[in-house]
Amino acid sequence: MSDPSTPKARSTATFAPAPGAAPLWRMVASQASMELRVLLRNGEQLLLTMVIPVLLLVGFSVTELLDLGDAAPVDYLTPGIIALAVMSTAFTGQAIGTGFERRYGVLKRLGATPLSRFGLLAAKTLAVLGVQALQITVICGVALALGWAPASGSVGALYAMTLVLLATAAFSSLALLLAGTLRAEAALAAANLIYVVLLGLGGVIFPVDRFPAFLQPVLEALPITALATGLRAVLAEGAAPPLLPLLVLAVWTAAGAALASRFFRWE
Amino acid sequence: MDTAAVEVTDLIKRYGDTTAVAGLSFTAPRGAVTALLGPNGAGKTSTIEICEGFRRADSGRVRILGLDPDADSATLKPKVGVMLQAGGVPTSARAGEWLRLMASFHAHPVPAQVLLQRLGLTSVAGTPFRRLSGGQQQRLSLAAAVIGRPELVFLDEPTAGLDPQARMATWDLVTELRDAGVGVVLTTHHMEEAERLADHVVIIDHGRVVANGSAGELTDAQQELRFQAEPELDTESLLAALPPTSHVAAHPSGQRTRYVVVTEAPGGLGPGFVATVTTWCAANGVLPEELRVQRRTLEDVFLELTGRDLRDS
Repeated sequence: MSDPSTPKARSTATFAPAPGAAPLWRMVASQASMELRVLLRNGEQLLLTMVIPVLLLVGFSVTELLDLGDAAPVDYLTPGIIALAVMSTAFTGQAIGTGFERRYGVLKRLGATPLSRFGLLAAKTLAVLGVQALQITVICGVALALGWAPASGSVGALYAMTLVLLATAAFSSLALLLAGTLRAEAALAAANLIYVVLLGLGGVIFPVDRFPAFLQPVLEALPITALATGLRAVLAEGAAPPLLPLLVLAVWTAAGAALASRFFRWE
Repeated sequence: MDTAAVEVTDLIKRYGDTTAVAGLSFTAPRGAVTALLGPNGAGKTSTIEICEGFRRADSGRVRILGLDPDADSATLKPKVGVMLQAGGVPTSARAGEWLRLMASFHAHPVPAQVLLQRLGLTSVAGTPFRRLSGGQQQRLSLAAAVIGRPELVFLDEPTAGLDPQARMATWDLVTELRDAGVGVVLTTHHMEEAERLADHVVIIDHGRVVANGSAGELTDAQQELRFQAEPELDTESLLAALPPTSHVAAHPSGQRTRYVVVTEAPGGLGPGFVATVTTWCAANGVLPEELRVQRRTLEDVFLELTGRDLRDS
């Protein structure tokens, strides 16, 4: 109490208006880091994004449940499992996470900060890419330990990376469409159901050519099939990069983004 | 700096067939606390959310710091702090982490540590939002609203569900904000909060402003004398003993009846007036229990205004 003016002077200085937005890069970086921490902290999400893909990879590689002829199962499986991992984070995880953020008013609250919608989307994308980098590192590590011998050169690797980025865009826009239109619980159920169906039908583990012929064109048009097939062509078969998967994913991205920006509701 | 913090003119908002806001107008100055006071469903949250840019008005004019909440939203966002009625934080985000994130969106934020300490949240800085008590969640939302050193903050029921200590801490912070020159617009249905905290009180009911002014103006500095006694006293006889322009109202409550006496006579409700009442009581064998002279409270005004509306509808 030596200086009676101190408390008021201090508080006035503390709260005296000095508004201003931080630079966009800083807002995006801190939001992305927050999103990443929230993603990695979530047990169910980790089950979906890490445990299930690795279990499938190991399970089907070391057993002979899958009849793939002469090819080593791990060479066939790894591209499909990478595709599954990308879908689990960009689509399933994001649809559920964003659905609940909407329900709990998080999107609304962020809407009142200087972080723009573009900034929020950029941050979410960065967080998804961060988790995917982690997933792909773990999956490739496990696959290499199981004897995986990827068949691609640098062109194939570049193609694979492009495909993963495009698939991330397609899955993210579909995730936001789901999260922004359905109730959180409905988005959760739908995202999990779609995950399981696409895991079964999308060429992740079971080759698409084992399905009835009339069904195959439909399956080929799925984003997960496009990603798995494209990755498998360059990584397992050492083939020239096919164009069809790029095209399929581009169409899904355009359609998903158009619908999401039209129908997404922030509250 | 010559524009008001908030200027709302003839605001209308409908949800389907329901009219939530029915031609509401008020002005909130800068560097002052304005309370929107009203019962639940009066249209407070709709009004504040239109000001915050979350909802669009069906008609009317809204200016926030002289700007349009819709068209100028990017300019307004750094200048305006927002506290939602509930939620707004990811359930697994930790209190300190969330505040640091909010701080990182602003150019000159208040350090997160300072706010955690001010609002008694230091010990739960590492606790996920879902594990915080309701009161701690409220205080965290309040901290997030002011961390960017805004010119204006909107607080939607900032003390709902708070214990007395937390409410006091919130009131202190709001007062400090005002003293630092921040405009504060808050909604509440606690009369005491509006009376203690607000420079301006806007009483809202059925989507309209029913009264508007400082708490002192609204209560009109009018004194009243209250006492309790047996029902059905001869109030005519009491009135006859009092100076002209006095009024006696009887409010039955259980076994006893509450009598409220007011006067507009010169000298008002002074010692002589009280003596006249008690003399009449003595002469009539009436024991005036809980006799007291007090200023009308905001609650009296509020119930008078909103209660009358209820009877009308």
